[in-house]
Amino acid sequence: MTVLTTLLRPGRTRTLAAFGLAAVLLLLAPLVLSPFRLDLLAKFLCLAMVAVGIGLAWGRGGLLTLGQGVYFGLGAYLMAMHLKLADAGPGGVPDFMLLYGTGQVPGWWEPLRSPVSAILLILVVPAALAALLGWAVFTRRVRGAYFAILSQALAAAFAILLIGQQQTTGGTNGLNGFRAFFGYDLADPVNKQMLYLIAAAVLLLMVAIVRQLTVSRFGELLVAVRDQEDRVRFLGYDPAAVKVVAYVVAAVMAAVGGALFVPIAGIVSPADVGVVPSIGFLIGVAIGGRATLLGPVLGSIAVSWAQTSISEQFPSGWIYFQGALFILVIAFLPGGLASVAGKLRRRAPEGSPA
Amino acid sequence: MRLRSTSRYGATRLSTVSLAALCVVALSACGARVDAGSDTSASAESCVDTSGDTVKIGFLNSLSGTMAISEQTVHDSLELAAQEINADGGVLGKELEIVSEDGQSEPTVFAEKAGKLITSDCVAAVFGGWTSASRKAMLPVFEAQDSLLFYPVQYEGLESSPNIFYTGATTNQQIVPALDYLVEQGTKSLFLVGSDYVFPRTANKIINAYAEAHDIEIVGEEYAPLGHTDFSTIVNKVKSADADAVFNTLNGDSNVAFFKEYKNVGMSADDMPVVSVSIAEEEVGGIGIENVEGQLTAWNYYQTVDSPANTAFVEAFKAEYGEDRPTSDPMEAAYTSLYLWKAMVEKAESFAVEDVTAAADGVTFDAPEGEVVVNGDNHHIAKTALIGKIGADGLIHTEWSSEEPIEPDPYLEGYDWADGLS
Repeated sequence: MTVLTTLLRPGRTRTLAAFGLAAVLLLLAPLVLSPFRLDLLAKFLCLAMVAVGIGLAWGRGGLLTLGQGVYFGLGAYLMAMHLKLADAGPGGVPDFMLLYGTGQVPGWWEPLRSPVSAILLILVVPAALAALLGWAVFTRRVRGAYFAILSQALAAAFAILLIGQQQTTGGTNGLNGFRAFFGYDLADPVNKQMLYLIAAAVLLLMVAIVRQLTVSRFGELLVAVRDQEDRVRFLGYDPAAVKVVAYVVAAVMAAVGGALFVPIAGIVSPADVGVVPSIGFLIGVAIGGRATLLGPVLGSIAVSWAQTSISEQFPSGWIYFQGALFILVIAFLPGGLASVAGKLRRRAPEGSPA
Repeated sequence: MRLRSTSRYGATRLSTVSLAALCVVALSACGARVDAGSDTSASAESCVDTSGDTVKIGFLNSLSGTMAISEQTVHDSLELAAQEINADGGVLGKELEIVSEDGQSEPTVFAEKAGKLITSDCVAAVFGGWTSASRKAMLPVFEAQDSLLFYPVQYEGLESSPNIFYTGATTNQQIVPALDYLVEQGTKSLFLVGSDYVFPRTANKIINAYAEAHDIEIVGEEYAPLGHTDFSTIVNKVKSADADAVFNTLNGDSNVAFFKEYKNVGMSADDMPVVSVSIAEEEVGGIGIENVEGQLTAWNYYQTVDSPANTAFVEAFKAEYGEDRPTSDPMEAAYTSLYLWKAMVEKAESFAVEDVTAAADGVTFDAPEGEVVVNGDNHHIAKTALIGKIGADGLIHTEWSSEEPIEPDPYLEGYDWADGLS
């Protein structure tokens, strides 16, 4: 219990301890998990990156973004396109284009041939889209449910766009069958382990970034905007700018998660980026505790893990168990799993209530 | 209350950042060492255990999500085949142990679960998949791990993986014979309706090439997103185009809406017959017999096929799952796939993937659809094409059949008009 309490309570030494503990756990995982399970964990870590961003934008900033699949998908597709081009070799054409396309690489794929520009685009494209959209929406004071609906519509539109462009995006098939990741053979278990370690390091880095943002002046403003936007405006700040920054950071985190998801999962398809996965990201954050630092990460990993292991145990009835689990958490722990620690702490000194 | 003073956290800032930096440095060192290892790329070692008196096989079907309604029937049919084989002494004297996984109608999940079945459960072969997307998602996994997949559904061709056996029809066993039939009936113009994904797009590419070579006019080509249910626009276009027939590659729920609308505007099989390639016995009930009676389908098996093997299959299926459950082409192809794997293993006297594929050529099975033969080169099977008419009893009755089983030709290499398609 003390460990749990330490993990989930924000605080100076506690956060550092929790961060260290998480790092140690993540570094130990390759020693105890089979290659397949390690691969799964790596996948969950990528999804958790999206959750970290949502924790900032929604938990801290109150931006209920139901469309993070778009940014996750942008990162994933940009990475997948680069890997496809790299597999095809210099001047080569990805295999699926020969089968279903014109046999020629469209112009807008070309910038992704170089690894450097691919990485840059993975960071810049989602950031630019989020900044543009965020600016347009937040300066017009669109918020709450309206913003949620808008972001969700964006996710739906993105998936439909991908499906419609069979010849250049792989359509419903998505993109898969990658052989190498920046020159490293993806069939080699050692390289899979390397990918896991990269994912773990990036996730820790993101958590550290979000923590720094939260304790900074910006973090205070963000919470203030969430709780009393008008007062912040009267004090002379621009709430839209604060929100745009949080939204862009969340978008970039989702994109990086998507980019790392691709070599680890070996596939990305429109089913990974539409409305359903976008809501899925949110569920993990809600269950973990959206306003805490580690809640979104732990919630997201817990939900992914539960989904996989329950579906392995009960292939035909797992979906009911999952539904029941969500209902139980939402009904009895509206603050998320992270609030358990707080409840236990508050309860302990009072003695056992009846 | 949420607002906190910054100073309290000031001291932590440096240490947190430096810790993160440390992690990154440590990990980049790990990555560098890996470089040497990647040259000696370890080819996947099979972990299949055949030392006991059981052998594991995997069933990977969507038991949840939009495809569950179709894939559950394939799953049931596979279970039936496994029960029968076990009751009959198993494969090489070993009882089959089934590991089932849910593909959840998502390609990414199919890839994940395929990996799990191969590397965690160590199954000797996997049976399942339905959509092209699910097959394409699993293909690299099976090739990388050098394991076997048996795929039981008709598909768009243009593929032959050494690690997949395709027991459903490829295009020259379903779509091409359907077109041959239409030509025989004097069809001069066609309207193409399909869902917007790989199979219909590729099928229509092939139909267009065929039409050009056979003097058939394609008067329209319309696509609806998967799951689309408003067909008034498309059906009106079909009606005003006044083609000799409609070629329908719609999938799933869309068929219900399409055929209802088709009937609503007053059209029937007599005015403009619709040839469908994704409507089997299972779907007829869902669409409503009154909406599709008299329409045509193209498959390689119907419940009404008259053979001793089929009588036994239909009886066994109904005894297990209920009198009201029909049998359909994908179910039969799945049932057949398990028996074909058994025959291959017994011919090879081994469960090892390379032995099984080496023994595959020429393996036969007296399937409900008739005798099928495995083609060792392209891993498909020879199948008889059947054009059927949907009857008032909700079953499909053979109207026309190819004279003999058609050799599989996934890349349509034997057809001059198909040059340049693949």
